[in-house]
Amino acid sequence: MATTERLQSGGVGDAVLRKEDRKFVTGEGRYVDDLKLPGMLHAAFVRSSFGHAKIKSIDASAALAMPGVHAVLTNATLPVETGVLSASNPGGDVRHPEQAILAKEFARYVGEPVAMVIADDRYLARDAADAVHVDYDPVPVVVDAEKALEPGAPLVHAEYDSNLAKTLEHVTDGFADVLAKAPNKISLRVVNQRLTPMPIETRGCIGDWSNSTGEVTLYTSTQVAHFVRTFVSIVCGTSEAKVRVVTPDVGGGFGAKLNTYREEFAICAASKVVGRPVKWIEDRTENAVATIHGRDQVQYYEAGVDDNGKILALKFDAVQNNGAYNQLLTPSISHLTLFMVPGCYDIQDVSITIRQAFTNTTPTDAYRGAGRPEATHGIERLMDAIADDLGIDAAEVRRRNFIKSDQFPYASATGLSYDSGDYQATLEVALELSGYAGFEERRAEAATRGKYRGIGLSTYVEVCGLAPSAVTAALGIGAPGWEHSTVRLHPTGKATVITGTSPHGQGHATSWSQITQTELGIPFDDVEVIHGDTAFQPYGLGTYGSRSLAVGGIALYRSLGKVREKARELAAHLLECSVDDLEWTGSSWQVKGSPDRAKTIQELAYAGWTSASLPEGIEPVLEATTFHDPPNFTFPFGTHVCEVEIDQATGRVEVVNYTAVDDCGNVVNPMIVDGQIHGGIIQGLGQALFEETVYSEDGHMLTPTLVEYLVPSAADVPPMTLHRTTTPSTSNPMGVKGIGEAGTIAASAAIVNAAVDALSVIGVRHLEMPMQPARIWNVMQEAKS
Amino acid sequence: MEQTITVTVNGTAHTAEVEQRMLLVHFLRETLNLTGTHIGCDTSTCGCCTVHLDGETVLSCSLLAVQADGRAVRTVESLEQNGELHPIQKAFHENHGLQCGFCTPGMMMSALGVIEQHPGASDDEIREALEGNLCRCTGYQNIVASVRSAADEMARS
Amino acid sequence: MIPSTLEYTKATSLDEALAAVKAGARPLAGGMSLMPMMRLRLAAPGAVVDLGGVPELVGICEDGDEIAVGAMTTHRSVANDPLIRQHCHVVAQAAAGVGSMTIRNRGTIGGSLAHADPHGDLPAAILAAGGAVIVRGSGGERRIDVGDLITSYLTTSLAEDELITQVRLPKGAGQSAYAKFHRRAIDWSIVGVGVSIGANGVRAAAIGVGDRPMRLSAFESVLNGGGSLDDAIAQAGEGLSPLGDLDGSTEYKLHLVGVLAGQAHAEASSR
Repeated sequence: MATTERLQSGGVGDAVLRKEDRKFVTGEGRYVDDLKLPGMLHAAFVRSSFGHAKIKSIDASAALAMPGVHAVLTNATLPVETGVLSASNPGGDVRHPEQAILAKEFARYVGEPVAMVIADDRYLARDAADAVHVDYDPVPVVVDAEKALEPGAPLVHAEYDSNLAKTLEHVTDGFADVLAKAPNKISLRVVNQRLTPMPIETRGCIGDWSNSTGEVTLYTSTQVAHFVRTFVSIVCGTSEAKVRVVTPDVGGGFGAKLNTYREEFAICAASKVVGRPVKWIEDRTENAVATIHGRDQVQYYEAGVDDNGKILALKFDAVQNNGAYNQLLTPSISHLTLFMVPGCYDIQDVSITIRQAFTNTTPTDAYRGAGRPEATHGIERLMDAIADDLGIDAAEVRRRNFIKSDQFPYASATGLSYDSGDYQATLEVALELSGYAGFEERRAEAATRGKYRGIGLSTYVEVCGLAPSAVTAALGIGAPGWEHSTVRLHPTGKATVITGTSPHGQGHATSWSQITQTELGIPFDDVEVIHGDTAFQPYGLGTYGSRSLAVGGIALYRSLGKVREKARELAAHLLECSVDDLEWTGSSWQVKGSPDRAKTIQELAYAGWTSASLPEGIEPVLEATTFHDPPNFTFPFGTHVCEVEIDQATGRVEVVNYTAVDDCGNVVNPMIVDGQIHGGIIQGLGQALFEETVYSEDGHMLTPTLVEYLVPSAADVPPMTLHRTTTPSTSNPMGVKGIGEAGTIAASAAIVNAAVDALSVIGVRHLEMPMQPARIWNVMQEAKS
Repeated sequence: MEQTITVTVNGTAHTAEVEQRMLLVHFLRETLNLTGTHIGCDTSTCGCCTVHLDGETVLSCSLLAVQADGRAVRTVESLEQNGELHPIQKAFHENHGLQCGFCTPGMMMSALGVIEQHPGASDDEIREALEGNLCRCTGYQNIVASVRSAADEMARS
Repeated sequence: MIPSTLEYTKATSLDEALAAVKAGARPLAGGMSLMPMMRLRLAAPGAVVDLGGVPELVGICEDGDEIAVGAMTTHRSVANDPLIRQHCHVVAQAAAGVGSMTIRNRGTIGGSLAHADPHGDLPAAILAAGGAVIVRGSGGERRIDVGDLITSYLTTSLAEDELITQVRLPKGAGQSAYAKFHRRAIDWSIVGVGVSIGANGVRAAAIGVGDRPMRLSAFESVLNGGGSLDDAIAQAGEGLSPLGDLDGSTEYKLHLVGVLAGQAHAEASSR
């Protein structure tokens, strides 16, 4: 099947072209830096150039003397009530060091904001920021999480006796016995390196505080407008009802904008101080240190395996680098790793310990996949290690360990209930499409060209659609997981859909219009979708964790159902029949068997508005609101197969074939789903081959620009072949699952497994990421010697 | 230092007094309010700010506005004519060549340069020629398809 | 980021440009290296003089047994020029691979040499070809071999008031090629090697192996002494000590020198 067919009918399942596109291709997208407010001033931040230093003094006199400079604010003068807040285990068993909006006594990572300058324009603001003199007294630094947890390591926060932020533990009953009795023990250390999200639009915001009314409007490039509103009100000490957060077009997020940042609070407070709107736009070099990083987890696996390759018990110990502070969800990210340690395999005996460490680095938090890529990469490497150790084919060892299709819903050893799946089905399709069986011929042919060729599998399942609120509460996250929608029919029969999701490239306006057309019969083009403005929504949790369709889409689906049912009562009243006499045609209610006795949804919208004749107990207007709290997560899955060639002369790894078979349940827009998978895979490929955020031992950032931090271009990545299987979710009435992160979660392991397979002919058994040529060449040299 | 410059942008001459250090991209965005041209890096790496200067693709973040004095600049805002999308715009829309849209204007302006310099380029050559434009959303697959489609369409017309 | 305050003048003649440089202005050629440095505030010249309006600095023409290339000629023009492609292929090939298409539209041959980035491809290619530059300053005009021009990281032997006006490429370097190795397509080369096989034997030069483009003397002498290519490759890194960094260790870079020298030599031989 061709995965994307260009259908134009506009309903669910069609590859409808996006209604969002026109403004973007004409340059009429409105990102935060495109907005100008009357009287607007510009901010620049003075940031720590040390990984860890005491701030002895700040001399702003030269900056303040520059014409056009309005203020230089520091911790002492910025009017805020608290520091940055984390939603993760507030008041729980995690250490939450104070993160002042501007550094107080110490700066704890390179890039930590120390002072802020407000000036007439951004050029002047930068000049003035450079003129602020900060006297630092450097103190010892630790950047490596494992070293940070060693006794005697420099303390990132002197108020604690160690750098341990939190320990996550989960051990099933009788684990030790099962592991002890397993005939084979296979161990593996895997490093999931630190990454920088690098959305192509950096962050930025405009604060507009009215001192006469106390109202503040914050325009910010975010995935979570409502979180930002709640926290601005608390941090800046104002009523939440007076705070409006507006999300303009957002140029990519990937989790980097699933946060509430110091600059967002600082810009509101600064606007209050100067009494004018203030804009701050992050530079790329600033983005590299001031916006959260992802991953940075070192993992130790020990599997107890029977002689057939079946895992009997799995021990997982890891150290997670939290960075210098906890951001919005920092301590929760590795909890997602914990959830997914067993992956798509039937492993009921596990022992999991994850220790989180503070270090003198930028905080880590959610980056595309957020904790699950770490779990998938590790377990998929482990499966290959088991296959290798026991001499079993990599596909076969997976078949023997898979959760079987008749085991769903499946209770995992980590407490999840996997909704639905058929893991072996996707594997078999992927093996067929990728020509797995004929691979050895390709390996032999490549060898004649001086290339080591290898093939690698990644069979993944992930947990997404965050989240049932009971689960977030159990995890100690101080925020729920439901989502909001409102559907409003206008007198003219057009619809406004208000959603709490907050797209930044995912095409919600298109997909939500498709759902509206299918469920209510309002044509695609007659639907307008509003998102990302707290003035319009009661509350929205936003877009992250591949939740928008599985949670927000279902909220919409349920509102549409409510409107349809209300329309039915109205139709019965107008047609003088019982509601039971009516049938839904897809766009009208008609008396069963009598097409001439019908009311279209548009007619009913008008009738509901005029309210000339309403049935008893029915309020005017066809409008409905839903707060949908999902009963469970969704669990998309699939198999990715990658072939690489490694140049024997230089160590360069090139992906030469990439086949992905994904299953995200029912699909609303296959074109958009394919796009998400494409982008996801290439971000996983970036991690496998190119990207790594590197600090020097003394805490300096060695990858501060796109020259050193290697986001791949079109020239550096392969074309991909996609295919889908469809196993509907049982977690929601549409049968849908999330797909935004699946590609990233799957890809890195497929690529690394392929490279390890390629070098298996010279005895290589493991490779770390990124697999840059120099690293691979070194491995080849060692293997040969 | 201030200087008065006249730059023809999308066919219209604009005269303005600018600081000599002002980047061309800021002149377009801040002075002329043509915000379709974006800024994504500090190092001439991402290509978001790509415009045409006297018919050649250039990075407007790596030129001073004063260097464009007396010259002609073309930005993304010029592509749509009388409500009709340019073939490159149409191709990006029809091939889902964009997601968040932030890299898209620069990507399209570069792509036009590619199509002009290499009208019959293969997919691999298109990929090579777009090496200076980063996209974090699409994985490039549909961007390449978009450029291929636009090149074919432009060759026909 | 944005540049610090500066005074900008645009020279319309070489004399104007030289006068500005003498007065302390930093020459601004294509700006593909200088502008990012200014934006990152790694460079903050108080004054720049734009050479983009000096007609005598642009153009490519034959001059006896050399090709004269104006210093402000862009990489794109160099890469596409039939004369250079035929007679000094290594330079055209290196120019075709600099940065991205958009960077090649602005970046210039003279700017590359004057900027003297130790990872710049063109200086190595020109050194391999045996090229030279013509510079002019208040002391008049002089010719400098490219091997004597770049002295260290971002440092040249140009006097403060001198400008490169022309690059002289020998016409006898048609049998030549440039091979380089980098991470992403747009990245600076980790190592690049130019090889030219001319009437006086093999010349080879590399970048990424020191603080300036380096002749591969051992590689040259093996081949010019009648040795085998394999021996030459094995000895290519002799005398070089590149620094290890995020791109690779000293050993890896020395290994790459041999690999690339072999590739470039093979390609040059086949031309």
